[in-house]
Amino acid sequence: METAIRKNTGWRLFIQTILGRAYPRVVGMAREKSWLFFEIFLPMLSVSAYVFVYRAIGAPKEYIGFVVMGGAMTAFWMNILWSMSSQLYWEKETGNLALYIMAPTQLMAILLGMALGGLVATAQRALAIILLGSLAFKVEYALGSFWQLLLVFFLAMAALYGMGMMTSSLFLLLSREAWHLANLAQEPIYLASGFYFPIKSFNFWVAAAASIIPLTLGLDAMRQLVFPSGALLGFLSVKVEIAILFGLMVVFISSARLLLGKMERLAIREGRLTESRR
Amino acid sequence: MNLRSFRTAAWLGWKIESNWTDPFLFAVYSIVKPLSGAAILVVMYSVITNGNFTDPLFPYIYLGNAFYMYVGAVMTGVSWAIIDDREHYRTLKYMYVAPIRIPLYLIGRAVARFLTGSFSVFITIVFGVLFLHVPINLAEVNWLLFIISLLMGVVLLALMGLTLAGVTLLLARHGDYLGDAVAGGLYLFSGAVFPLDVLPAWLRPLGYAMPITYWLELLRRSLVGSVAQAFPSLSAMSNGQLLAILAGMIVLAAVIAVITFRWCDYQARERGYIDRTTNY
Repeated sequence: METAIRKNTGWRLFIQTILGRAYPRVVGMAREKSWLFFEIFLPMLSVSAYVFVYRAIGAPKEYIGFVVMGGAMTAFWMNILWSMSSQLYWEKETGNLALYIMAPTQLMAILLGMALGGLVATAQRALAIILLGSLAFKVEYALGSFWQLLLVFFLAMAALYGMGMMTSSLFLLLSREAWHLANLAQEPIYLASGFYFPIKSFNFWVAAAASIIPLTLGLDAMRQLVFPSGALLGFLSVKVEIAILFGLMVVFISSARLLLGKMERLAIREGRLTESRR
Repeated sequence: MNLRSFRTAAWLGWKIESNWTDPFLFAVYSIVKPLSGAAILVVMYSVITNGNFTDPLFPYIYLGNAFYMYVGAVMTGVSWAIIDDREHYRTLKYMYVAPIRIPLYLIGRAVARFLTGSFSVFITIVFGVLFLHVPINLAEVNWLLFIISLLMGVVLLALMGLTLAGVTLLLARHGDYLGDAVAGGLYLFSGAVFPLDVLPAWLRPLGYAMPITYWLELLRRSLVGSVAQAFPSLSAMSNGQLLAILAGMIVLAAVIAVITFRWCDYQARERGYIDRTTNY
């Protein structure tokens, strides 16, 4: 006697796909313990080096906290670059991309699952970096509004992962250059987004242009909310930054949806889904 | 045959590094990345000191960071060739059956990264001299010391890379983290971007045990002599003493590289790791 298999359709299938794709990100990544270690240990090395640079030049104490928080946020940017934007390129290299396209579900749900899983797994690493960095360098916090902090974090993450989903559709068309372009987007973004210093240090228009990366305003607002002198070194007021982050979230997620369909059709037409140009 | 293997490996490495795009984008890629890394430190320094670039600490940080690019380029370049060939191109087994010496082939593969790294170092230093008042006066540079130190450093980094390449042969999935971890550790403990006396006292011995510390000090001294006197960590040592320490450490690195690579290579063949792919 055959067992009847209940097949989900519609929004149930959409949710099932999201959870299915998020699973390996959360559970799978935790299985390889050495990855967990290195993903916390490596950013801690950079954080420590920058903390000692600030100490060498006699920076005020809160700058140490800025570095620790910026260092933790690098985990999210690395996740966006290597596990969101360029993920479809990796999937193409390993032969999974064609399976995703063939599967009776939506690519958008697969990307959302990647984003959700990546966010949860990376948040654990970022939290570990903040805890270790704060303990090692005795960072002092003065929390302003917890709810605003939570809101800023979630808006920044939604906008950031929306941006990752959008760029992943562009990477769908790339081949070998994907690796290099992702590699190129590390230090310049650390610089432009003020990962290790207040973004206010830049000229207004440079800081405004850098704000297209959601982590720029997210990091600035979070620093304003958790450090005693954060507001003095903030770029815009927290409320304005929350409003801009909300706008970025809407723009990036809708663009991701539009671009994904367009790029998928283009990639199919040009035969890019199964190519492997090593 | 050895020279031919090395030359061909260098040419192959150059093609892999550069032919993924057109020369213009490649040049932009080679300039933007290192300059951004340097600019992070420049902004950090500038914010705190209100742009006081005349303090000896600034050239110390700037030059240390610039020359540190060689560590990523050469050391990680040698070990990365294992991952690249075994996992990505899946050609390592063909290299092993070809009549070449694998260590020479691996070092040859890093030559391209050495060249692009040299370009980045040059651009970074020129930018610093032109726009940030890094006090390098070409007439006062100790060129002999500079060239000898630079060459010794490149040899040292290649040997360290060979040691890492050997260990990478035995690793799966986290082989690429190894190079980053070693490079990150050296960046932190070798006083590349801050004087060693800023480190907590219990960590300083680690800095003194690292050859990169002496190498960077020699390069700084050869370009800007006054920087050496400004910081107490190594100021008591003469250039000759620093060179002797560095030479001794290179000999030690060579012994470690030969022993480690031979042992790891033997183990990798025994366990069938030469053609293993792990879908990193």
